[in-house]
Amino acid sequence: MSNLDINEVLLALQAAYGEAIQLIGEGSQAALLIAPDQMLDVFGVLKTNEFYQFNMLRNLTAVDYLEYMEIVYHLYSLPLRHSITIKVRCTMEELTIPSVTKIWPSANFQEREIYDLLGVNFTGHPDLRRILMPEEFTEHPLRKTYNFVGNTGEKR
Amino acid sequence: MEEGSIRMEINILQTQEEQENELLQKNIILTSFDTVLKWARSNSLWPLSSGLACCAIEMMSAAAARFDLSRFGYEVFRASPRQADLLIVAGTLTWAMAGPLKRLYEQMPEPKYVIAMGSCANSGGPFADSYSVVPGVDKIIPVDVYIPGCPPRPEALIHGMLELKRKIKHPEAARRKI
Repeated sequence: MSNLDINEVLLALQAAYGEAIQLIGEGSQAALLIAPDQMLDVFGVLKTNEFYQFNMLRNLTAVDYLEYMEIVYHLYSLPLRHSITIKVRCTMEELTIPSVTKIWPSANFQEREIYDLLGVNFTGHPDLRRILMPEEFTEHPLRKTYNFVGNTGEKR
Repeated sequence: MEEGSIRMEINILQTQEEQENELLQKNIILTSFDTVLKWARSNSLWPLSSGLACCAIEMMSAAAARFDLSRFGYEVFRASPRQADLLIVAGTLTWAMAGPLKRLYEQMPEPKYVIAMGSCANSGGPFADSYSVVPGVDKIIPVDVYIPGCPPRPEALIHGMLELKRKIKHPEAARRKI
C-alpha cells in the first residue's frame, strides 16, 4: 500500500528543520514527532511538495499522557496513495497549539472536538467552541485528571 | 279487483316505513363528544420523524413494509412538529441535544403524547451514569409510554403505540393503582 519510506521523509525534513523533527515508534507504528513551533511550516511542505502531496487529513485526535498532551495527525495522499502519522506534543501547563484549519479545512470540527473533550486551545481556529458537550459545561471530560461525579453522587 | 290492489299498496308503504325506521335505529349511535374525540385521536396518531440513535433504525423498520405500522393507522410520520401529535424519543439523549428535543416537544400542538423508546430514553441505559447523557427523557419532558429493549424490536414499538392508544381511550386505566 504505502510506497513511502518514513526514514526518507525524516532525513529530508531533518535536512531542512534539524532537530525539530524526530522519529518515534517503529514498523507500522512509526511516526514523526514535530516541535510545535515548526509544525505549520512542515505541514505546508508535506501538503504541497510533489513527492508527498498529503492533501487529506484523514484523522486528527489527541492523547492525554498526564505529563504532556500529544496531538496525532494521520495524513493521506490521494494522488500518491501513501500515508504518514505526525505527532506534536505540548505541555500540560500551556495547552496551546497552532490550528491546521488553514491547511486542511476538515480539521475544523476535529479540533473543536479536541478542545471540547481534552481542553487543547488551537490558535488561529475560526470558531473554537464546544461541539459535543453543552455550552455551559466547564470541564474537559476525556482528561485523565477529570473528576467524574456520577448521578449517584459517587466519585470515579 | 281495484280495491284489493289499493290495499296491497298501503301494506307495502307501511312495511317500507317500518323498514326505514329500523334502518335508522341501527345506524345512529348515541355517545359523548369526549368519547368520539378519544376515538379519533387514538386511531390516528401522527408521529414526528425524529430519531436520536439506533432505536430510530428500528422505528424506521416498524414503519417500512415488513412490519407495516400503517396497519394500525400510525404511519403518517410528519417532518414538522407543528403537524405531529406524538413524539417518539428513539435513542440516547445527550445533554447537548436535550434543549433542541424539548423545543421540538414544545412546538407540537396539544394534545400531544410522548413515547420513550428503548433503555436510553427510559433511564439512560448503559450510559445512565455518564457526564453527557440524560438519565431518562422524563427528566425533561413528560412520558406516556415506556418501551423497554436495547433496541426494542419493531413489534415492541407497535405494542407500545397500541398501549398508548389504550391509554388515550381509557385514561383512567393508566392512573389506576395496583
